[in-house]
Amino acid sequence: MARITAGVGSSHVPLLGVAVDQGKSGDAYFGPIFAGYEWTRAWEAEQKPDVVVLVYNDHASAFDANIIPTFAIGCGERYKPADEGWGPRPVPDVEGHADLAWHIAQSLILDDFDMTIINEMDVDHGLTVPLSMMFGQPDKWPVKVIPLAVNVVTYPVPSGNRCWALGEAIRRAVASFPDDLNVQVWGTGGMSHQLQGPRAGLLNREWDNRFMDLLVGDSQEARAIPHIEYLRETGSEGIEMVMWLIMRGALGRETRCLHRHYHIPCSNTAIGHLVLEPVE
Amino acid sequence: MSGHRDIHEYLAEFDDIPGTRVYTAARARKGYHLNQFAMSLMKAENRERWKADERAYLDQWPLTEEQKQAVLARDYNRMLDLGGNIYFLSKIFSTDGIPFAEACSTMTDMTFPEYREMMMNGGRSPEGNRSIKGGY
Ligand SMILES: [Fe+2]
Repeated sequence: MARITAGVGSSHVPLLGVAVDQGKSGDAYFGPIFAGYEWTRAWEAEQKPDVVVLVYNDHASAFDANIIPTFAIGCGERYKPADEGWGPRPVPDVEGHADLAWHIAQSLILDDFDMTIINEMDVDHGLTVPLSMMFGQPDKWPVKVIPLAVNVVTYPVPSGNRCWALGEAIRRAVASFPDDLNVQVWGTGGMSHQLQGPRAGLLNREWDNRFMDLLVGDSQEARAIPHIEYLRETGSEGIEMVMWLIMRGALGRETRCLHRHYHIPCSNTAIGHLVLEPVE
Repeated sequence: MSGHRDIHEYLAEFDDIPGTRVYTAARARKGYHLNQFAMSLMKAENRERWKADERAYLDQWPLTEEQKQAVLARDYNRMLDLGGNIYFLSKIFSTDGIPFAEACSTMTDMTFPEYREMMMNGGRSPEGNRSIKGGY
């Protein structure tokens, strides 16, 4: 049987991809950010997950303003890195796991989650930056990836509670897949940042850290945080953190923290990173 | 569980956040063509046509004159008011070769060096920036 063995939370700031691609990840500005991922790189190399369900959002790359799926799951065989306006990132194509993806999609729909199914799309920094942070610069990504794209741009975005419940349903779906697979769920985006308007540049170290605290242990408190609280406390783009709740929901009743990292700033954004495992 | 069953109440709260335009359905409707125009700049051949004659390129899109003026002036706050969303608008400043943080600084009352320094010092504090009515 397939099983979810761990969850990873991580920011996915595009500038981190630029730092990797241009060999700047050890410099004075980026060094402290990347140092906080070293533990995880060693751990991932040891864990060797077969598949990552990678929860992220598309930033006007694969989806334009026309079609706005709340939850979309990639069921394709492979995905190319998107051209976000300055050419695609020089990273390997992302290989999907179509069998598990279709199994999860079908199970979720039967479990009352009305998923949008995507067969072909390009994947932007929201998906490729976390892969670079966790795996560096290999010729081929060492995992298969099931992209799970969430609308966190056009309001109303899904509630934190709905995201957590989706994670719970993903856990059930993975557990009923017959092949023996080691599956991780990654929740990406955030933490506090605001990229627009006169309030641009807002960061909130205290709130971000309290949010990470809430994902460890058996607290259910984070699922009730309303959108207005993310907006007021963490900036207009801090709402991306609801995607971490899908990861948390997928880990079951209780979690243990294996690794944690926080750094301010990366461009406009607070970097947060968390590695969790389920407590059975 | 999210505490909201009334969409009017949910949306009204968004207007109480200082210096922020939440990208609601109303904004998405108003800015649909503005955002689709910006999105078109992801294609290299469109970027060339845009750079050759911005006004002529804009005139091929059903934008309001106000939206066109805001784009030509690179007035991002105005574009947000007219329904733009920053992820779409980012295609415009990327085409101009301007980094995200610099574009953000143009929406504040700071120069880019001042903005960068604020970020290095921990960013803008949420203190006093959470609520217009509440002043906290
Ligand atoms: Fe993002």
